[in-house]
Amino acid sequence: MVRFIVRRLIQMVGVIFVLSLLLFLWLRSLPGGPVSAMLGERQTEARREALEAALGLDQPLPVQYLRFLQRAAQGDFGVSTKVLPGQDALDIFLARLPATIELSFFALLIAVSLGIPLGYFAAKRRGSALDTGSIIFSMVGIAVPVFFTAFLLKYFFAVQWQLLPVSGRSSTGIDATQVTGFFVLDGILTREWDAAWDAFLHLILPAVALSTIPFAVIFRITRASVLEVLEEDYVRTAEAKGLTTRVIRARHVLRNAMLPVVTITGLQVGALLAGAVLTETVFSFRGVGDALATAFRDRDYPVLQVIIMGAAVIYVLVNLLVDISYAIIDPRVRTR
Amino acid sequence: MRSIKRAAPVAMVAALALGITSCAESERSDDGGGSGEGGGTFIFGAAGAPEMFDPFYATDGETFRVTRQMFEGLLGIEPGSAEVVPELATEWTSNEEGTEWTFTLRDDVKFHDGTDFNAEAVCANFERMFDQNEAGRTAGEYWGYVMGSFANDAENSLYQGCEATDEFEATVTINSATSGFPTMLTLESLSMQSPTALEEGDANGIEAQGEGFAFPDYAQNPVGTGPFQFVEYDEANAEVTLERFDDYWGEAAKVEEIVFRVIPDESTRRQELEAGSIMGYDLPNPVDWAALEESGNSVEVRPAFNILYLGLNPEANPALKDLKVRQAIYHAIDREQLIQTQLPEGAEVATQFMPSTVSGYNTGLEPYAYDPDQAKQLLQEAGAQNLTLNFAFPTEVTRPYMPDPQKIYEAIRTNLEAVGIKIKVSSAAWTGGYLDNVSAEPGKYDAYLLGWTGDYDSAFNFIGTFFGNLKDNDFGTDTMPWGKQLADDLKAADAIVDEAERTAAFEEINRAIMEDYLPGLPISHSPPALVVGPEVEGLIPSPLTAEEFDTVSVGGE
Repeated sequence: MVRFIVRRLIQMVGVIFVLSLLLFLWLRSLPGGPVSAMLGERQTEARREALEAALGLDQPLPVQYLRFLQRAAQGDFGVSTKVLPGQDALDIFLARLPATIELSFFALLIAVSLGIPLGYFAAKRRGSALDTGSIIFSMVGIAVPVFFTAFLLKYFFAVQWQLLPVSGRSSTGIDATQVTGFFVLDGILTREWDAAWDAFLHLILPAVALSTIPFAVIFRITRASVLEVLEEDYVRTAEAKGLTTRVIRARHVLRNAMLPVVTITGLQVGALLAGAVLTETVFSFRGVGDALATAFRDRDYPVLQVIIMGAAVIYVLVNLLVDISYAIIDPRVRTR
Repeated sequence: MRSIKRAAPVAMVAALALGITSCAESERSDDGGGSGEGGGTFIFGAAGAPEMFDPFYATDGETFRVTRQMFEGLLGIEPGSAEVVPELATEWTSNEEGTEWTFTLRDDVKFHDGTDFNAEAVCANFERMFDQNEAGRTAGEYWGYVMGSFANDAENSLYQGCEATDEFEATVTINSATSGFPTMLTLESLSMQSPTALEEGDANGIEAQGEGFAFPDYAQNPVGTGPFQFVEYDEANAEVTLERFDDYWGEAAKVEEIVFRVIPDESTRRQELEAGSIMGYDLPNPVDWAALEESGNSVEVRPAFNILYLGLNPEANPALKDLKVRQAIYHAIDREQLIQTQLPEGAEVATQFMPSTVSGYNTGLEPYAYDPDQAKQLLQEAGAQNLTLNFAFPTEVTRPYMPDPQKIYEAIRTNLEAVGIKIKVSSAAWTGGYLDNVSAEPGKYDAYLLGWTGDYDSAFNFIGTFFGNLKDNDFGTDTMPWGKQLADDLKAADAIVDEAERTAAFEEINRAIMEDYLPGLPISHSPPALVVGPEVEGLIPSPLTAEEFDTVSVGGE
């Protein structure tokens, strides 16, 4: 197991290195650039050249890349040009990360806690109203774009009925102590219950919007997987042996049906990060996705580089975790 | 057993629903307490995050909106207009040549950190702005723009020196007279900052690092003389908080606190206002104005201080060198209809490249008539019946002068095609190539949509910006026989000390631009708006989008 993990970690370094090169070249092949964003209407050829020279953007690309690598090796990923000018790009990413993790976690929690039971019961009662209803619901979840779901949620729950906040991570005037950057957790840790509750309320709509697609995916995979397992001989054998339904369900059906679900849930983490860009923008939720959207619009190279590479690191790590949990659920994987 | 199985999903949904309902109650009570009590906080929805708080290095409106509440200049702007009024200086006079300016200062002003405001502080500020390191010279955009250069290149700088001639009297010397001085002292970037804080925070210690500039601590801890002082920038919540400065020399601000909440999405800003969690926001979409008013908010329309134009580039398309072709394009565009269908209420057809409130505006100029027949005729006379234009518009952007670039583009394109001009469509994201392509040398588009919002009340800030720099302007005037003449005339007019004479010179230049040269086509001036909720009073919309929030009160307090 340890050797497996170490090998994967080494692979990860290689992946990140290649990614950094591709990312560097891709960003610089895009039209426009940070100088354009910094100058706006006031730009002239002369002004642009002066600014490019000051930022080293007039150097040949290989020189720029080598310089970037050199600095990155010392942990310096440059400072933001537009998202928060002058601030260390890595700091911006790390400061924004808890928000996105918190949001993605809640979204995943909703997706898993609804998707797996619903998938299971839909499979057990194939063709029932619950089954058909859930399928339609999950199809709608996949088909409707997140921004539309978000718009509807905001319109009804926040504006019309004023049940939940429209946007942001907490209400103005809530004086909360920040410990970890996870607002709900911080509120609990510091026993500032108002702040925890307020942060939780702010999470509901974006998390629901963000969960629609992973919910649908997890629901369908669970349903299909359970259906498949129910047909297996060992389930029939177990039933024939007269085992209780609970034992059959827990030990035989669920456990075996969970393998593809765990894999797909892990993969959904990547999709959640991608979905967070849109969700955070629509809900002005101050996370990595929001920073990424701003950085992309304003071509803030350092921030873009840090965020995309950071997301890649997280993605690879999550996949590693998925593989490890796979090995725990299915002992056969370990022996291979 | 069975019954539990069946009940599980139902219970889950019920629990969730219950959760949401109980959230609702708590949220309501929270809200009621927070905004109702005292009415001391004005919460404003900003479209973008401030970049920093040292206005000297800032260039963007979202930063200035915040710093404007904390900083003051020697000269100020009359609320609601672009007119220059006393602020930290009560009087100013110049020598005959217009090169030595003596400012009499207020004697009752303190910075937020307790430092006295006096002539020494004024000179310390000027010297600080003038004497920048390499990174500071690039980042100090506005100073570079209005003063030409810095201490390292003193001979090309407009600024020469500052002397504290008395405790409350400072004399600023400039190298040559210009219409822009002293009006440029109303610029937010040239505000007065506490010399003590500047020094302690190493304000000039800016460095190029990687692809950006690393700013010193001071940029996050600014100290000015204004009615509000800095409290904090809560980056995690995207909220900037300012509080009333109790030792302010002037009338105290009406609210105790201002909170700027950054909400980049326009429809979210509207929803936040509707939900009552913010009390106003900037740049409401013109299509929402009526609905916002109907629901009890007030849409405050700013007087237009901008220009939208169709830029033409003869370098990219030599057919545009012919005045008749440019006139034909102009006569082909139905600007009245464009304004009625695509621009907010109150937008006006432009007769020249500046709005009517700027001195030097020529009231004698008539708008070019919409006349497709004449356009066709002119094209024929120019032998340009088969004219094809590579015509571009920007995406992913709205500007005060251009709420929806694509719609404006489509309206103009339909007009041009109607007189037989073929259009090759071009578009690019605003900062994703569009601005680069417009100002590239040579420019990449034959025709493009662009505009400008004035920085301060000066004709040169409009037409000088467009045509004053012969070598480096988006209209390619250096390829035109009159390009140099126009640039020279602009500089000469700018240097005239006598105001009446200078105004007359700019009026004549405006006439020549429109009648003799027509380097591009001014389209319109649009009034951008901001909206506030029913509980907000005292907000004065500014043509320069330079609203000051000290006059604002909330909840009738």
